[in-house]
Amino acid sequence: MWQFLKPRSKTLWLWQLCLLILLALFWHVMTLPGLIPPLMFENERQAAFFFGEPLKVWVRIVAWFVGDADIYQHLVVTLSETLMAFAIGSALGLASGLWLALAPMASAILEPYIKAMNAMPRIILAPIFSVWFGLGMGSKVALGVTLVFFIVFFNVYQGVREVSPVVLANARMLGATRRQLLRHVYLPSATSWVFSSLHTSVGLAFVGAVVGEYLGSSQGVGYLILQAEGSFDINTVMAGIVVLTAFALVLDGLVGRIELHLMKWQPRVGEVEKI
Amino acid sequence: MTVALELQGVSCTFAARGDPGQRYTAVQDVNLAIGAGEFVSVVGPTGCGKSTLLNVGAGLLAPSTGSVRAFGQALQGINSRAGYMFQAESLMPWRTALGNVMAGLEFRGDPPAQARAQGEEWLQRVGLGGFADRYPHQLSGGMRKRVCLAQTLVLDPDIILMDEPFSALDIQTRQLMENELLALWTAKRKAVLFITHDLDEAIAMSDRVVVMSAGPGSHVIGEFVVDMARPRDVAEIKMTPRFMELHQAIWSVLREEVLKGYRQQLQTA
Repeated sequence: MWQFLKPRSKTLWLWQLCLLILLALFWHVMTLPGLIPPLMFENERQAAFFFGEPLKVWVRIVAWFVGDADIYQHLVVTLSETLMAFAIGSALGLASGLWLALAPMASAILEPYIKAMNAMPRIILAPIFSVWFGLGMGSKVALGVTLVFFIVFFNVYQGVREVSPVVLANARMLGATRRQLLRHVYLPSATSWVFSSLHTSVGLAFVGAVVGEYLGSSQGVGYLILQAEGSFDINTVMAGIVVLTAFALVLDGLVGRIELHLMKWQPRVGEVEKI
Repeated sequence: MTVALELQGVSCTFAARGDPGQRYTAVQDVNLAIGAGEFVSVVGPTGCGKSTLLNVGAGLLAPSTGSVRAFGQALQGINSRAGYMFQAESLMPWRTALGNVMAGLEFRGDPPAQARAQGEEWLQRVGLGGFADRYPHQLSGGMRKRVCLAQTLVLDPDIILMDEPFSALDIQTRQLMENELLALWTAKRKAVLFITHDLDEAIAMSDRVVVMSAGPGSHVIGEFVVDMARPRDVAEIKMTPRFMELHQAIWSVLREEVLKGYRQQLQTA
């Protein structure tokens, strides 16, 4: 039996699942009124009030997805904000990264401003964006864009500057024009850097969307959490966090898939091919 | 014989970045002419500016003084009649072997189908017919060099510049590649400027061997015509008495420079 269950790559998921169940069980035991909480708190409902109860959180999630089925509109809003922020931020970052890396004078002039904008805690822009773009999706997308832009921008900038000079000289000798160099040398080289930052930037786009909703909105998962918090409904807050985490994982997995497909020219660690 | 590539009084001086007062003259007053269809090797101690010379010939580097002519025409920018095989890894890692070979044809604007057919033909010619869809990292060092060779030759350049193309290869693969290159060259008879630090390789392959002095300010100090019959086999030819004679003659000139270059490197180190 132990031989069968021993941790190895095939039973990995089993152990991961066990850990999840164990955590949920620990949570349940520590917050169930009348079990352990009376030993620590004056009021036996206090633990449940502060930390929520896993069973109620689960019931809430099920109600969201199956029972009332009212979370979908919020999820769609949050996810479309994330995707828009990601797409716009990446495109802008790619374009300006390419431009500044290839125009040394412009980059020299703009350098202190870029540094300043990157150093600034950009989450603080959220209230300004709410004023500019209103409480709808626009302000959330804008916040996500500012977060994603700099990640992509710096990676592309770095990527273009680190294009192998030999590969570049070779392409020139093969007769590439300036445009062709951009299309066939700089862009692919920069893309590999964009992809290395993709996991981070998808995550940040998500952060931008949720934080934006949390600071003021009328729909989205962040809004749900804000509402629940207002009425001290900790179980719903927890349920919202769980749902967000699950979708962040799904997005990250999707990015991994796309990366695997587009970056197949890159050597991967441990990849040995027989020839 | 028409002159394919001509360097006249070429000097290259580099200023250290951030300190313009510190200058380094890599090559000084170099005169070199390669006839159409001629295979010329340049040998010299390490750091004597051989690669600089090649970059000047390719048009990647403008000389500080002197002029460069390709088939009688003064060079403006990239030398479009030349193909360049680099010493370092120069393949685009995001393109397959076939994609790399096709690159030049694509840049030139050939129709895709035609470019593909030509690319496949050249891959076959360098013995990589079955590796068209491999990425560079999936190929061995020798295979990558073959792809480079096909990539350069598919454009059918009139001048081929080679910068120690086989120096990273093991000795067996190297001899194989040298013979293959000679076979391809014999069929097409293009002008070749071949840079190497390996005197054996230079003599075995060339019509003419040019010896450079140690840097800084290195220049041509000797020229030797290799009057041995073709086709040659690079391994076998090394056993012939004429080869050894030439080797001795060139080495007597080169030796002093190699020692000089070595002493200089020790001093600066």
